[in-house]
Amino acid sequence: MVARPKATQQTALARALDHRGVLGAMFMLPAALLLLVFLTYPLGLGTYLGFTDAKIGRPGHWIGLENFEYLWGDAVTRLALFNTLFYTVVASVIKFGLGLWLALLLNKHVPFKAALRAVVLLPFIVPTALSAIAFWWIYDSQFSILSWGLLKLGLIDQYIDFLGQPWHARFSTIAANIWRGVPFVAITLLAGLQTISPSYYEAASLDGASPWQQFRYVTLPLLTPIIAVVMTFSVLMTFTDFQLIYVLTRGGPLNSTHLMATLSFQRAISGGSLGEGAAIATAMVPFLLAVILLSYFGLQSRTWQQGGTDK
Amino acid sequence: MSDIKRRDFLKATASVAAGTALGGSALWTPEAAAQQYKITPEKGATLRVLRWKRFVQGDEDVWAANTKKFTDLTGIPVRVDAEGWEDVRPKAAVAANVGSGPDIIISTMEDAHMYPEKLVDVSDVANYLGTKYGGWYDAATAYGMHDKKWVAIMMGAAGNALVYRASHVKAAGFDAVPKDMAGFLKLCQGLKAKGTPAGFALGNATGDSSWTHWLVWAHGGKLVDAKNNVVINSPETIAALEYSKQLYETFIPGTLSWLDPNNNKAFLDGQLSLTANGISVYYAAKTSKDEKLIEMTKDIEHAYFPVGLDGKARELNLVFPMMIFKYSKYPNAAKEYLRFMMEKEQYVPWQEASIGYVCHPLGAYEKSAFWTDDPKKTPYRDCMKNMTPNGYAGSLGYASAACVADFIIPNMVAEAASGSKTPKEAAARAQARAERYYKV
Repeated sequence: MVARPKATQQTALARALDHRGVLGAMFMLPAALLLLVFLTYPLGLGTYLGFTDAKIGRPGHWIGLENFEYLWGDAVTRLALFNTLFYTVVASVIKFGLGLWLALLLNKHVPFKAALRAVVLLPFIVPTALSAIAFWWIYDSQFSILSWGLLKLGLIDQYIDFLGQPWHARFSTIAANIWRGVPFVAITLLAGLQTISPSYYEAASLDGASPWQQFRYVTLPLLTPIIAVVMTFSVLMTFTDFQLIYVLTRGGPLNSTHLMATLSFQRAISGGSLGEGAAIATAMVPFLLAVILLSYFGLQSRTWQQGGTDK
Repeated sequence: MSDIKRRDFLKATASVAAGTALGGSALWTPEAAAQQYKITPEKGATLRVLRWKRFVQGDEDVWAANTKKFTDLTGIPVRVDAEGWEDVRPKAAVAANVGSGPDIIISTMEDAHMYPEKLVDVSDVANYLGTKYGGWYDAATAYGMHDKKWVAIMMGAAGNALVYRASHVKAAGFDAVPKDMAGFLKLCQGLKAKGTPAGFALGNATGDSSWTHWLVWAHGGKLVDAKNNVVINSPETIAALEYSKQLYETFIPGTLSWLDPNNNKAFLDGQLSLTANGISVYYAAKTSKDEKLIEMTKDIEHAYFPVGLDGKARELNLVFPMMIFKYSKYPNAAKEYLRFMMEKEQYVPWQEASIGYVCHPLGAYEKSAFWTDDPKKTPYRDCMKNMTPNGYAGSLGYASAACVADFIIPNMVAEAASGSKTPKEAAARAQARAERYYKV
């Protein structure tokens, strides 16, 4: 019989396909492949490069922790690490405060609600490079509209050196980052606010809760999961910011606005020291992981959201 | 433009051939060189060229026209792609490593020294051009030649010179920019006193921060010695940094934040009276329709940087090496293309159309009439002649490139000039940073 082996084969295949495990694995294969090729491999390669002395256009040799040892002692890298942490913490805290405030306001019944919400989103829609160029003019040492306005009002007697002095430059770049990041926080928190059923507020007010108590005991607990997600994203985006700094200062003056990302680019691509740049990028990973873990364990799984008490 | 007569070449080359290092070509007479040089392009050759995107429109137009001329003459189709100049360098490095890409890449600075083994030896073309056109300037030889072999043909350099307002300098009590360091400082102080200050970029400006190298070199400081030992932390450097402090006091506010475009903007707005820049400020004023700028054009003058304490001119400019990669299937066609583009008939009109934005690397071209027709252009004529390679006094390669890209010298000068670090600290920091790249 010729047909039998073929028939057995078919049944074997059919049986395999009937198996949940096999079928599940097959369905997962495309997604797994995508992740592997476009995420795991580049990330792994980047990390590997951090342990080599690779130059652009020249493969490197494994040198262990040498890059990291050097970077630890390098004043510019340390400064960049400080700048990055300062930039991220200050910008994120303010973005959260302003974003939450805006979201609460927009959640009220205001006239032209839809239009207002669209307007709020604008800074987020403008391409970063373009808004950065606008800020570059706003902060220009000779042509700043801010300085000009203040001078005309008689509040200052010479142009403010926004990007020319280390602390001015740090706060100026942070302000630009906040301007750009607030809409994302505000709109996402607004979406979160709208999922909270009005009946909770009705119940709370029947119990005589003040507006602050309503916010503290109804809004905040129910909003926490969203806050966790939004702030994780916000911190990640701030920590890895690049375009804004690259357009405004290129890390200057005196490297006082160099972030890990811009320094990594400067060393790896402009400077050709691919290994060292990769090491700087790799050094960012623990910080990013810490943020993710913190938001996951700290904010996502709080028992008080389910009416229990925190330990 | 065509006042360079053949006899002038012979005269010029005879003297240069005796004096400059031209490999083995010193033995040849120019006639013999021209006869001996014969390269036949491969049959069916096509070429791809990657170059940096033009800064002035005339450059692109005439380069394309010259390329078309080459195609018409030889039947070799050439495709020219252009990208932002800071992007060409990493692409060239990757092309060298991967072994595929454009046949010719026109990149920047010491690229040919980073992967010389991946490049076609172009000594024949270089010797031919050098012999015919009055010899290569020292800087062109330094960037183009690796281990006594030419690995790149130098296209030229985008030169920097001092740009100033003649009337303001006069008002400060000077007829022209002084040629010595002490006088230059006095001029800047005078300009400041008159409320028409000078200003030089001290931010992480890729192009316009190159004046800081001149400042250090002028005082005898250097990043490395001839054996590539880092020696930036020296009394000479500290003297340069002390000088920079005094100079910085005369600057317009905000120079610490300046990137490449800032001085152009401030100068054209009339706020800045002295800076270092390419010829683009003058070009912008000259081609403007604005009454105010047309008026200003008359007042814009250019000058050489003051010479160093030892009386020598040492400036850093952006040079452009043209490299043929070994993976190219048509190296001879590529050589022919480079030779053709560098010949007087093509090069001089191209240079003129780009209003001298690119300074020539060959001695004979300094006689082109357009450099002197408008005397304001003349200082840019000598940019490559006065140029010192960025790896001075050591060799060019990965380390010298990395030090420039990491802004080690500009950062050092900015730290000391602004007073955020003492000159001693700034020099020590630069020493530590540079040593990293120069370690074996």
